Amino acid sequence: MTDFPRTPPRFSATFTPAINAEIRRAAATGIYDIRGGGTKRHLPHFDDLLFLGASISRYPLEGYREKCATDVWLGTRFAKKPIHLDIPITIAGMSFGALSGPAKEALGRGASASGTSTTTGDGGMTEEERGHSKTLVYQYLPSRYGMNPDDLRRADAIEVVVGQGAKPGGGGMLLGQKISDRVAMMRNLPKGIDQRSACRHPDWTGPDDLEIKIMEIREITDWEKPIYVKVGGARPYYDTALAVKAGADVVVLDGMQGGTAATQDVFIEHVGMPILACIPQAVKALQDLGMHRKVQLIVSGGIRTGADVAKAIALGADAVAIGTAALIALGDNDPRWEEEYRKLGTTADAYDDWHEGRDPAGITTQDPELFGRFDPVLGGRRLKNYLKVMTLEAQTIARACGKNHLHNLEPEDLCALTIEAAAMAGVPIAGTNWVPGRSGGF
Amino acid sequence: MQTFDLGAEGLRALNSALHALKGQTNMTSWEVVNPKGAHAIAAGVDAPVDITVRGSTGYYCAGMNKQATIRVKGSAGPGVAENMMSGTVIIDGDASQYAGATGRGGLLVIKGNAASRCGISMKGIDIVVHGNIGHMSCFMAQSGHMVVLGDAGDALGDSLYEAKLFVRGSVKSLGADCIEKEMRPEHYEALEDLLRRGEADGKARPEEFRRYGSARKLYTFNIDNASSY
Repeated sequence: MTDFPRTPPRFSATFTPAINAEIRRAAATGIYDIRGGGTKRHLPHFDDLLFLGASISRYPLEGYREKCATDVWLGTRFAKKPIHLDIPITIAGMSFGALSGPAKEALGRGASASGTSTTTGDGGMTEEERGHSKTLVYQYLPSRYGMNPDDLRRADAIEVVVGQGAKPGGGGMLLGQKISDRVAMMRNLPKGIDQRSACRHPDWTGPDDLEIKIMEIREITDWEKPIYVKVGGARPYYDTALAVKAGADVVVLDGMQGGTAATQDVFIEHVGMPILACIPQAVKALQDLGMHRKVQLIVSGGIRTGADVAKAIALGADAVAIGTAALIALGDNDPRWEEEYRKLGTTADAYDDWHEGRDPAGITTQDPELFGRFDPVLGGRRLKNYLKVMTLEAQTIARACGKNHLHNLEPEDLCALTIEAAAMAGVPIAGTNWVPGRSGGF
Repeated sequence: MQTFDLGAEGLRALNSALHALKGQTNMTSWEVVNPKGAHAIAAGVDAPVDITVRGSTGYYCAGMNKQATIRVKGSAGPGVAENMMSGTVIIDGDASQYAGATGRGGLLVIKGNAASRCGISMKGIDIVVHGNIGHMSCFMAQSGHMVVLGDAGDALGDSLYEAKLFVRGSVKSLGADCIEKEMRPEHYEALEDLLRRGEADGKARPEEFRRYGSARKLYTFNIDNASSY
């Protein structure tokens, strides 16, 4: 028998081993995959942009001598008491329930030590968080779990959550495994049952109602608090414009890389837009209304480094928010727990079953044994270090671009490495003056 | 009696004055005239005062009320007494959508009819409606009581948790996981108290009502129940 060369096994680019495994899993269980975190697919992102730096046409600032300010005011439009932060990196809303009490405390400690804010989540305000957060943003969510006027008044700002990047248009579900006595009491529901978080607010529909709702919250809080409106990255031009029309002091825009405590994988991966595509549209809406820098823009979804911070601000944001990155700084997905991750059928840096409440790092759990492992003081210190590094990185870039404040960064400081990123960010491809799609507008 | 002319002095002045009452024991009786459908009238009050609004109100009247007794001598717009914590709110006329939404305590009495989504996501409030309530009322209602002397619209109590619903008239349809339940002695007792406090004890008797509550079949997510939602 002649030994002819054989065609090697060839995998389908459509039916990949990962896709096939998911088909088999679905066929065996009859239920879609639920997980935490944000999208894991490759997307055009800040890595596809570069700063040009100063040269003959622009002066750089001396890295260790000349000042580059990082502070930001939020809520200057209507609030009697706007917020002043030392750095433009805030901590995004994450609920007590999704996170353990010590994890929320650590976020407050790290944020306060860095001169920035942290944010509550679905489930209300905890004493750990209020007590350790110098500046705390209180989320006003569709579920209204734990909502009360006293917490509204002791918050430093209020964030009306319309949507989030991981699941624009979707609500949530905190599974019964994480509904401890304390979580159940705060949410006024029986212990151990799955708790649904609605996708729409119960007492308003549409932008005209939202305007009245915001006015009511302002009345209740005597017009003191900045009011943010948070939207998922879906139609950022119109959502931003409508939030401004409704009276928001601050618009929070969350791209699809933003995480969630739990939702369907298909939702996370297939709904919403990357934050890179969202920022220019939101900035254009603000500029068209004459409100850029008057209504502040906070963006989130995949912010990891000081370079990301600088790029987001150069595109027109006033500040950024971090969620997933903050959890990793605290110790989430740390290889030190690899043995336990393997017992859960996963590995460090890939663990995303946050909804099951078995987090070895003690962060996304309500199990006393697990969250007892987590040291909130150490966690807070780690977050502070991380925020400090991000800030220094952003300053380094800004000085190289000749800017004495992060907010002086501008799109003209950027170029893009790919056509997609150039079109989304509205900056030219490196080495050209071509901005794809610019002639056609959005 | 403090009389406040809303048309002349404005909403901010009214709510500012009412908020300043926290911790005070004087000026316990207030009358608001010329409301003209303004929004957020008496929102965020936290004092044991009596407030009478002479006319109809817009959105969110008595929102997040604590302690106060607020009576509207007219009809109320959407979201009256939303997220109320305690106290009493009485509407002499009709109430628009979302009456008592997410309320956590206190008593809301509507002498006329309530529109859709009355008691949506209620979390401990008691609501007594002398007339009818609209569709999707008590959607995702967590706790508290709803008493309806008239009829209920479509999908009553959809995705209900532990709130207790009592309806004297017809129910057009029940929502997912909402079922009729047996009236036991403790329910007659609770209903009698609610009718009395809701200024309806002369209008209806507890034995005329049916009770509705959660079947608790959707409490834990089960893919086989997906078609129920």
